[in-house]
Amino acid sequence: MHKRVLFRARWLPYVLVAPQIVITLLFFIWPAIRAVEQSFLRQDPFGLRTSFVWLENYARLFADAAYYHSLGVTAVFSLSVTLLSMALALLFAVMADRAVRGATIYRTLYVAPYAIAPIVAGVLWLFLFQPTVGILAYALNQSGIAWNFRLDGGQAMLLVVIAAAWKQIAYNFLFFLAGLQAIPKSLIEAAAIDGAGPARRFWTIIFPLLTPTTFFLMVVNIVYAFFDTFAVIDAVTSGGPGAPGATNILVYKVYNDGFVGLDLGGSSAQSVVLMVIVIALTVVQFRYIEKKVHY
Amino acid sequence: MATVDIRAVRKTYPGLPFEVIKGIDCAIADGELLVMLGPSGCGKSTLLRMVAGLERISQGEIAIAGRVVNDLEPKDRNIAMVFQNYALYPHMSVYANMSYGLRIQRLPKAEIDRRVRDAAAILELEPFLQRKPRALSGGQRQRVAMGRAIVREPDVFLFDEPLSNLDAKLRTQMRVEIKRLQQRLATTSLYVTHDQVEAMTLADRLMVMRDGVAEQIGTPMEVYTHPATVFVGGFIGAPAMNFLQGEVAEGGAVRLPGGVALPAGTAAPGQAGRPVTVGIRPEHLAPAGEGVPGLPVTLTVDLAEALGADTLVHGRLAGTDTSLIARLAGHVQARSGEAMALTVTDGAWHLFDVESGRRLADTVGRLAKPAA
Repeated sequence: MHKRVLFRARWLPYVLVAPQIVITLLFFIWPAIRAVEQSFLRQDPFGLRTSFVWLENYARLFADAAYYHSLGVTAVFSLSVTLLSMALALLFAVMADRAVRGATIYRTLYVAPYAIAPIVAGVLWLFLFQPTVGILAYALNQSGIAWNFRLDGGQAMLLVVIAAAWKQIAYNFLFFLAGLQAIPKSLIEAAAIDGAGPARRFWTIIFPLLTPTTFFLMVVNIVYAFFDTFAVIDAVTSGGPGAPGATNILVYKVYNDGFVGLDLGGSSAQSVVLMVIVIALTVVQFRYIEKKVHY
Repeated sequence: MATVDIRAVRKTYPGLPFEVIKGIDCAIADGELLVMLGPSGCGKSTLLRMVAGLERISQGEIAIAGRVVNDLEPKDRNIAMVFQNYALYPHMSVYANMSYGLRIQRLPKAEIDRRVRDAAAILELEPFLQRKPRALSGGQRQRVAMGRAIVREPDVFLFDEPLSNLDAKLRTQMRVEIKRLQQRLATTSLYVTHDQVEAMTLADRLMVMRDGVAEQIGTPMEVYTHPATVFVGGFIGAPAMNFLQGEVAEGGAVRLPGGVALPAGTAAPGQAGRPVTVGIRPEHLAPAGEGVPGLPVTLTVDLAEALGADTLVHGRLAGTDTSLIARLAGHVQARSGEAMALTVTDGAWHLFDVESGRRLADTVGRLAKPAA
């Protein structure tokens, strides 16, 4: 039965949802519209003259090798962050689910990083791996690895992936743990009686039953890697090192070109393309993958 | 040949101050169906799970087919279990559910197919082999769970309240099917239930449990006609056995409240003055004056419930506060406050020790002993 709430005054429900609608319009819809509008314009650095240039910003974008480079960087970065954070979160969730003693402590500790602001997480990892003062960087250099993510693009990518994934593990962990606890214990027992060892039970029973959770987390993690990792990149590498930027993901490039390079039109065009990519990814995920994850 | 031997088995959980299973001994013969019956929390499921290997055995040992299995994993015990919630793998088809264990054993494909199709034929599941569990009714799911157990051709079947999620009608039907199947396959089975009708009808032998103790182990009719304790007497049979407080008099007669007395020789001689609990089943009370030999009693009627075939008359033994229920055949008119003359079937009484609740060994059981 669908439960309906009845309000005495007709206007009351509208007033109650109004704040949410105002916030959405003001901070999401309006900027998105302004970005689309801006992407057709070109402005001089002082904002004195603005001219309408049709699709010129887009044309320049798609002719720019640096933009394709950034697309590639984003793909590598998002996939790595998503895979790493989900794989580790699943591993930790399985272990925490088995823990008999101190399960609450494990859970609390695992969830803690989620409460840390992205910029703080970035700075934390920066301190650890800073080539001149970082304690882990020192250890790496001592053991014969020439660690300097300020120079080595691969190392820079590795570091931002780890930092971004580390923060997201907490979130994924919570959902995986809840998913694991929703699996009836008798299913695992039935599989044990059927002769399946722990590894086999995991891959043939537990993992397939977690697919709805996994799918949901995949969508959330990709969106996270595309957008919410801005602060981590900004704090750790600022998109560098190198000229096209070894860690210059799309969202960072939007910021860098728009607010540092002051190319507002080109930056807006990039953000519109980014928006379209994420919308397309989400639609594809829900239309084609979700159908296969229900049992 | 697969026997199950439970020897002095005990179970404690860390942090729990008492034992959950307090030393149970039972030898189950090859092909026998033993039903473990008791109220919830009596330890019956725990005992079954110990046989399955899902719970550790704290003390004592369990042997399957003569081999002690205390330290064996469930998969090495060659058992199959049917769970209360069926525990079907929701993401697999019926066929995949039933063949899961066989595929793990790496049996040849043809052999797996033969066994699954044989079981599906027995259980009438053939049209559903490609369906997922969520597309099946409760009864069909139950049958798939049974099928998954059958295909493994195990030494022992373990049933953990397999029918309690079904509605009453389906439960009766599945009960008959389980009985038929078990007789056909002649596989040793342990069956846990809290439903006494299920227990009475299915069991070759019955283990009545309370608080981790096996109060009585015997055939259903033995348990019914010679309950070993007050608890067993009260638990088996519906409505429950009437209990009266009595006292042994000279010559082994037993005085009951309201001036009624069981005849001399009922209790062992030389125990005059000993208090006893006397149990009388409601169905062993009949209207007086029909030439039935027995002990006359008078009932002050409180209320009569017509069940159709029988009438339950609730009342008190005349002149006392001892309440009594009589199950009388047919439709009997009875008004509140009315005095009703009844007869207790000769010898159909049970004497128990007041302290321990145990049946008094010297009771003269005049009800026919079942041919065991």
